[in-house]
Amino acid sequence: MAIVTLENVTYKYPLTETPALQNINLQVEEGEFVAVIGPNGAGKSTLCYTLAGFVPHFFKGELTGRVEVAGMESSESALHEWVLNVGLAFQNPFNQISGAKYTVFEEIAFGLENIGVPREEMKVRVEEAMKLTGISDLADRSPYSLSGGQQQRVALTSILVMQPKVLVLDEPTSQLDPIGTREVFGVIRTMTERGMTVVMAEHKVEWIANFADRVIALYEGQILLDGTPRKVLTSDLLKEKGFGISRYTSVARKAKTLGLWTREQLPITLEEAAEGFALTPHPSPEGRGES
Amino acid sequence: MNITISNLHFTYPNGVQALHGISLTIQAGEQVGIVGQNGAGKTTLVRHLNGLLQPTAGEVKIGDWDTRKYSVAKLASRVGYVFQNADDQLFSRDVQTEVAFGPKNLGYPKEQVEALVSEALTLTELSEKRETNPYDLSPTWRKMVAIASVIAMNTPIIIFDEPTTGQDAANIARIANVIRVLRERRKTVITITHDIDFCAENFERVIAMAQGRILLDGNANEVLGQEDILATTYVDPPQLTRLGKRLGFEQTVRTEEEFLAALSQRTLG
Repeated sequence: MAIVTLENVTYKYPLTETPALQNINLQVEEGEFVAVIGPNGAGKSTLCYTLAGFVPHFFKGELTGRVEVAGMESSESALHEWVLNVGLAFQNPFNQISGAKYTVFEEIAFGLENIGVPREEMKVRVEEAMKLTGISDLADRSPYSLSGGQQQRVALTSILVMQPKVLVLDEPTSQLDPIGTREVFGVIRTMTERGMTVVMAEHKVEWIANFADRVIALYEGQILLDGTPRKVLTSDLLKEKGFGISRYTSVARKAKTLGLWTREQLPITLEEAAEGFALTPHPSPEGRGES
Repeated sequence: MNITISNLHFTYPNGVQALHGISLTIQAGEQVGIVGQNGAGKTTLVRHLNGLLQPTAGEVKIGDWDTRKYSVAKLASRVGYVFQNADDQLFSRDVQTEVAFGPKNLGYPKEQVEALVSEALTLTELSEKRETNPYDLSPTWRKMVAIASVIAMNTPIIIFDEPTTGQDAANIARIANVIRVLRERRKTVITITHDIDFCAENFERVIAMAQGRILLDGNANEVLGQEDILATTYVDPPQLTRLGKRLGFEQTVRTEEEFLAALSQRTLG
């Protein structure tokens, strides 16, 4: 069942002429992991804000069309209802930290306090969420004494702990080291397996290819492509429009023109690239696959 | 102008020991990428180069200057620093004033300031935005303003802290071009990055750090090929390096050109 429905959604920020989103039609199923890619300025953050109710409730501006998320209609539900069902992690984690708490533990509990979760339950949920994202050792640190990567994990944890039905993430791994990035993707995959729906704006195509169910390519406020990672990430359109693509796809595309990639389908992951390049013809059959 | 770091130790006031005896020489005109997990000490290390941090023990020399004996303002004539978060360094009402601030403060004559500003704006593709307020630009372009404002200071050494974070493919290509031009101008460039593919494609020397120490330091192919050691500092080798290893290439490859060359050699036997 669709948990997110956008119908003919067009949105303009206050005092602007050009819509940031234009005629967006989109349905997301419960438990789906959807990645949103696009150049800077394509509308990725605006789409995140729309799903989280910040557009139009916080940013104002002019929204037309229909937005329905977790059974709420954007035109009817206020932001305080919205936050019970939808969580948003901001692109810059620094903007998200409350400034009202002295420790990471309290910071993560802040949202639960605000919705009146009992103290005992709160403790359990905060500890569980910190364990999941691997930050238990930061519990007593000040949120402001952390590195960018650590802050980013705290920001993500403080949203996960709310157990939203729909989790919206705006480049949640931008400040993480490579293996930290892979871990966060893993955590998000686990959440979707438990039934959470995730929409994530992200540039890191290699991990999208490995973890997401579906990819939406945004360009100039419109949906350019929408489909499986395989279909979207190997499209020639992405290269034309200046999207980032993985080195596996890019090098195989070049190899294909040189006759060194023999499959029809271009690869999107390391495994597919390794399999495909292993088929590249050798002079003698005995040489195949040897090194 | 060489950078010489000898047995550098640093402990933050809260007691966290961030660097444990770093020794390192970077020659004039070298371009170095620094990789390593969050909290490895990368930013702490480079903040010693312009005097933002002072050694707890050991010594940092920029040319013949010991950083303990020169102010941050003085060191700014030798070391430019592009912060990770552009918003930490922008404050002027238009782009050209912002970019002119550094060279003016270094006391260059007016004509030279203008020439340096124009050149920096051209290189960062900001010429048409010179009268815009930096905060009316997208974060992508604010990043380029931050870069331009440091380049315009014409220092022999330039540090980039995570230049590609949150940038799209087009802007990463712009930043790579800036670094290429700085290489041609014989500038020393030191770049901290988690973007290992960017590092592989733009730097000949790579340093991997972990827990306040240098783990690996050398030619990019040598360092980036060491999958097991890199994993201990939460770094994966570049995509094409991993693919080459998987296919059993004898040499380490990191760029598309190297990969395709190795593939066709192997194909021809």
